Parts: sequence; C-alpha cells; structure tokens
Amino acid sequence: MSSQQAKKNIPVSADPPRLLGTAASRVVFIISLMAIIVFFLVAGEDWLTIINYTLIAAIAALALNVLSGYTGQVSLGLSFFMAIGAYTAAVLGGTPPTSSLDPIGLNLSFFIWLPAAGIAAALVGALVGPTALRVKGFYLGIVTLALVFIGQYIFLNARGLTGGPQGRTFPVPVFGTFSFDQQNMLFGFILTPGQQYFLLLLVILGLAALFVGNVMRSRAGRAFQAVRDNETGAAIMGINLFEAKMGAFILSSFLAGIAGALFASYTRYVVPYTWDLTLSIQFVAAIIVGGVASIWGSILGAAFVFALPRIIEQFSLLPSSSASSGVSSGDVNALIYGLLIVIFLLFEPGGVIALVRRSRLLTRTTRTPEEEGGDVVETINLPASNVHVEPSVDSSVPTTGEPS
Amino acid sequence: MAYFFQLVFAGVAVGCIYALIGLGFAIIFKASEVINFAQGELLLVGAYIISAGVFEWHLGFFLSLLLGVIVTVAIGLLFERFILRRMIGRPVFSILMITIGLDIVLRTGVILRWGSDPVPPGTPFQITSGFNFGGVHFGANDVWTIIVTVVLCAALFYFFRFTKYGLAMRATALDQEAALVMGININTVYALAWGIAAAIATIGGVFLAAKSIAFDTTLGGTALLAFPAIILGGIDSVSGAVVGGIIIGLAEVITAGYESRFASILGTGVHEITPYLIMILVLLIRPYGIFGTRKVERV
Repeated sequence: MSSQQAKKNIPVSADPPRLLGTAASRVVFIISLMAIIVFFLVAGEDWLTIINYTLIAAIAALALNVLSGYTGQVSLGLSFFMAIGAYTAAVLGGTPPTSSLDPIGLNLSFFIWLPAAGIAAALVGALVGPTALRVKGFYLGIVTLALVFIGQYIFLNARGLTGGPQGRTFPVPVFGTFSFDQQNMLFGFILTPGQQYFLLLLVILGLAALFVGNVMRSRAGRAFQAVRDNETGAAIMGINLFEAKMGAFILSSFLAGIAGALFASYTRYVVPYTWDLTLSIQFVAAIIVGGVASIWGSILGAAFVFALPRIIEQFSLLPSSSASSGVSSGDVNALIYGLLIVIFLLFEPGGVIALVRRSRLLTRTTRTPEEEGGDVVETINLPASNVHVEPSVDSSVPTTGEPS
Repeated sequence: MAYFFQLVFAGVAVGCIYALIGLGFAIIFKASEVINFAQGELLLVGAYIISAGVFEWHLGFFLSLLLGVIVTVAIGLLFERFILRRMIGRPVFSILMITIGLDIVLRTGVILRWGSDPVPPGTPFQITSGFNFGGVHFGANDVWTIIVTVVLCAALFYFFRFTKYGLAMRATALDQEAALVMGININTVYALAWGIAAAIATIGGVFLAAKSIAFDTTLGGTALLAFPAIILGGIDSVSGAVVGGIIIGLAEVITAGYESRFASILGTGVHEITPYLIMILVLLIRPYGIFGTRKVERV
C-alpha cells in the first residue's frame, strides 16, 4: 500500500501528536461525543442492534488491520480466531450444563471470560503462527483459508465445547447484579440491553483503537510497517522478520478473540457454521473499503460493510427482491460489498479514510508544498501511512501513556 | 477389495475435476503471477448457464456448453482487461482481494438471476448410466471426466509445446521483459491465459455439477479444494496441477469411504479437511510443491 500512500510528503513534527492536541480535533471530538449521546438517547432497539454489531465488527476489522493493513500479511482466517475467542468465552462464562448433552459452562465472571477469550485466541495464534508464517503472499492467504475449514470441522465435532451443529448459547456480561440480558437502572435511567451493550462496546472499541494506535507508533509497530513496506529493507535495518510477523499475528488474534466473544455474547446463540469464510471475507472487505492501515478506516469500513446494508434494508431503499426465488437480503448485501471491494481497490485503494483525508487537505488553508507524486522516489520505502495517519487521527495519544 | 477400487476410481474422477480447476489456476498464475480466487465462481456461472440452456431455453446440451464457455471466457477476458490490468504492480493483498470481489459479485449475480434453490445439471449423461466391471461401477459421468481431462491435458501439452502462442506463453512465464523485447504481445498472452482458464473451468463445472441430481451455489466452493491440489503439485506447474488434483481427489474420497469406521475418534466430516491437512504438510516440507520451481520465499 505504501507506494500509493507515500505520495504525500508531509513533514513529521518532532513532538508526538497528542490526544486532542489541536482545536479542530477537540471540536470534532465534542461533536462526535454529542452525536453519540443524542443517538444513545433517541435510538430505538433496531438502530442500536445495527450499531452494536457495527461496533463489534469494528473491533474485528481493527484486528485484521493489524495483520493485513499494518503488517501486510494476507489473512482469510479471522473468523477462526473469532470463534476461538467466542468458544473460550462460552466455556468459561456459560451456564453450567443441566444434562450430559449440554455443552460445558463454568459460569465465571465477565472480567475473566472476556480477557480469556482474547488470550486463548492469541495463544492459538502463537501456536499456528510459526507454521502459517513460513509462507507469505498468496500462500499465506490459502493457509489461513485452510484454517477456517479445519476450524469448522473441529467446532462441528467438539460437541462438549461448541454444542455441535446445533450450536450453543453464549454468556451475557454481568457486573454484580447488573446483567446485560435485562433492563437495569443506572443513575436513575432505565437502560435497555441494547443501550447497555452500546456503552460497553463503545468503551472496548475505544480501548482497542487507542491500544492499536499506540502500538503502531511504538518500536514494534514501526517494525510491522517496515516489514509490510519492504521485507528485505526491514531485515537489513535489524528487524527480526519472524518476530515482527508473529507479534502482529498474535496481537491480531487477541483482538479477533475479543471481537468473537462479544459477537457471540451479543447474538446469544451461535452455530459453528457462523464462523465461515464469508465472515472473514466481510472483514477484509471492511478494511479495504474503510482504509488499510488506519484505525478510523477500520471503524468506517465496518460501518460501510456491516451497517450500510442493514440501513438500506431497514428503509427498503432497494426494491425488495422476490423472496419466492430464494433471494435473501444477505445476497443483496453480498453483492454490495463485493462491488465495493472492486470499486475501492480500483479507484480509491486508500479507502474511505483517504477520501476523508483528501477533503480535509482541500479545506486546509496553509499547506506545505503538496506535489502529487512528486517525491515518490524519496519516500517510497518509508512506513508512509503512519507518517500521515497519526497526526490526523483523534484517537492518537502521547507515547508515554502506552498500555502494553 | 472391490470397495477400495470403487473408491480409487471415484477419487481419480473427482481428482480430475480438481485438476481441471487447478489447471486454470496454474495457467493464470504462470502467465501473470495472480491467483484467481474467482475460478470456482467462473465454474459456477458456467454450470448455471448450461443448466439454464438445457432446461430453460431448450438449446440442447452441446449448444448450451458452447454458450457457457463463451460467457465464462468473456467474463474472464473482460475482468482481465478492464480490472486486473489496472492492478498491475499493486500489492498481493489487493490483487487477491479483487479476485475475491469478482467471486462475490459472480456468486450473488447467479443467486439474483436463478435464486438459491438447487437446479438440475445440464449433462449429456444419465446419473445411473455406466457399466460394471469386476464389482466396480464405472459411472458414465466419471468415465467421461477422466477421458476429457486426459484429452484436454494432451491438447494443452501440444498447445504449450508446439504452437506459436504456447511458446509465447511459456516465454512470458519465464521472463516477461525478455518476452516483451522479443516482440511477444503480453496482452494477448494474458488474455489467452484467462480465456483458457475460464473455458477449462466451465468444462470442469459440467462434470462437477453432474455428480448429483441437483446443484446450487455452493458448487463454487468446491473449487477451493483445487488450492490444496495446486500447492501439492506446485503452483506454477501445469502437470503438477493434474498430479496434485488426482492425489487430493484420492485422499478425499478414500478418507470419506473409510471415515465412518473411525467416527468414534475422528467425528464426522474429516474428509472435508484432509486436502487442507495434506496441503499444510506439503507447505511445511516442500512449499514449492512436487513440480513447482523453488522460488516460493520463506521468512
């Protein structure tokens, strides 16, 4: 991706960009905060459902962006790692079986099963990584594809954990007496389950975005991007290619596990067929449409691929296809994101986020010389996306506050 | 023992279909270093058009076959000319994804046109026809799959070895710039590769669809099993695609034939993943495959 993005030679300031460092970013932050509050207060359950799934999808898209966007490793195996996270959550947090036919559940706390979902997926990633990462490019794509099929076989057969082909229920988050499957009082407000999930997901997505943003400005993150831009160059600079790829693989698996657990928890009941290749491909579509190697790109992409079709469906903007011939709205959605993939790859490889950035450049008054494609040779091997991603991203924070 | 030979025969027949699909992958990869994820959906489109030709438009099988080949070749050529050619020099990830984009568009296009209910396959054979020999049933469709695969391979061998354009394609695969300097029209070579791959995919689709009395859009997913085949054979090797296809077909069918005896340990559906397990093993030991050139890079 670098050669397209390296065109803009924006000077990098010595100071790391601060969270809400500029007046403009503060304004944007306040406006979006108000928009979120208004949405929260007025939205009905159907809208909340759409947005909640989008927030979960954004976490998963972020996970894929770590591996594919920032580190340049093709992966079609995201749904496999989401499934690992989901089933870990189900086993640890699920209700104990009442008969010998029910899948296992240990009824542990939310604060155990959610992190455990990420950690289990990361461990599986660490286990699979050394094998998968021996190959790259198309080969890695095919190996991760194989992972999805092998995963489906395991999930269909491991009845004690997954419930087999019939599927199983997944736990809801519970904070003390505050259970997410019913209405609860908070500061005098009655919160519906949708609103509770909305708040929780917003917090988790925010943390994940901050974390990934920080990692990508750390030494490890720079190494990921160097590996993407030029493997030989990165190796010469002293980066251990295997370590960098493994790091990205494990971080990506961790986030995917979290997203999978949240997805299953919000859906409540999931069959193993859910974790198929189509799910993986939807996330790939999301990062391509939203923006490769960009945090806001992951979020926007999730909105485009997961929310837009449902919104179109909701308002029935499309003529409802004749249901008699077996055409579901899912097929129409698939057509939309299939076309979006092709159109964005052809005409805007930077995704929606590149359009946003460009429009921002147009409105800016003072600009450093901005020759399109002028200094390509000079900047071609820089981790270019990062040079200009971060200063414009509101979620970037000082490097000092780096969680890890 | 007859059961085993029956499985071997069925495995070779299935393997020939994987070989036909794999040939398409290998030819496109050799010419342009692109893996076409949409190969399976080209097959699907071909199978649906032939089915519609026979049962909807009453054209007869061979006219429908011709129509199916023409349409899929046209899709392949248009995609190569107007989409893929704009992607030259872009990262592997993008090229892979744009073929997946085509895959999705073709599949949903088929669903929007024909619905997702199963349709009968357009085939010149009765599903029950065939002959018995030594306790083994040789179904007509399977026998013809093997014969057509052998004939097509011979034709491709002749094409690559003895014709002008075959030579041009081999030269381009070897060294694109040198071929360009020698006056070879690379655009023609790319178009030829996509045209041949699409036509072979459609022929594979006829046999694949005719294995059961009805098929639906999951047929395209079967083509994914050609990936293990080409990785086993070597991704840039045409003969490797055939050998790999037959080995994978045998492995899948023989596992399917015996897995019920070990169901208590293995569970159900293990034959669906044996091809992928073999592929992962091959990638660990010999990532360039049996016949492939040793240029697959490792970390």
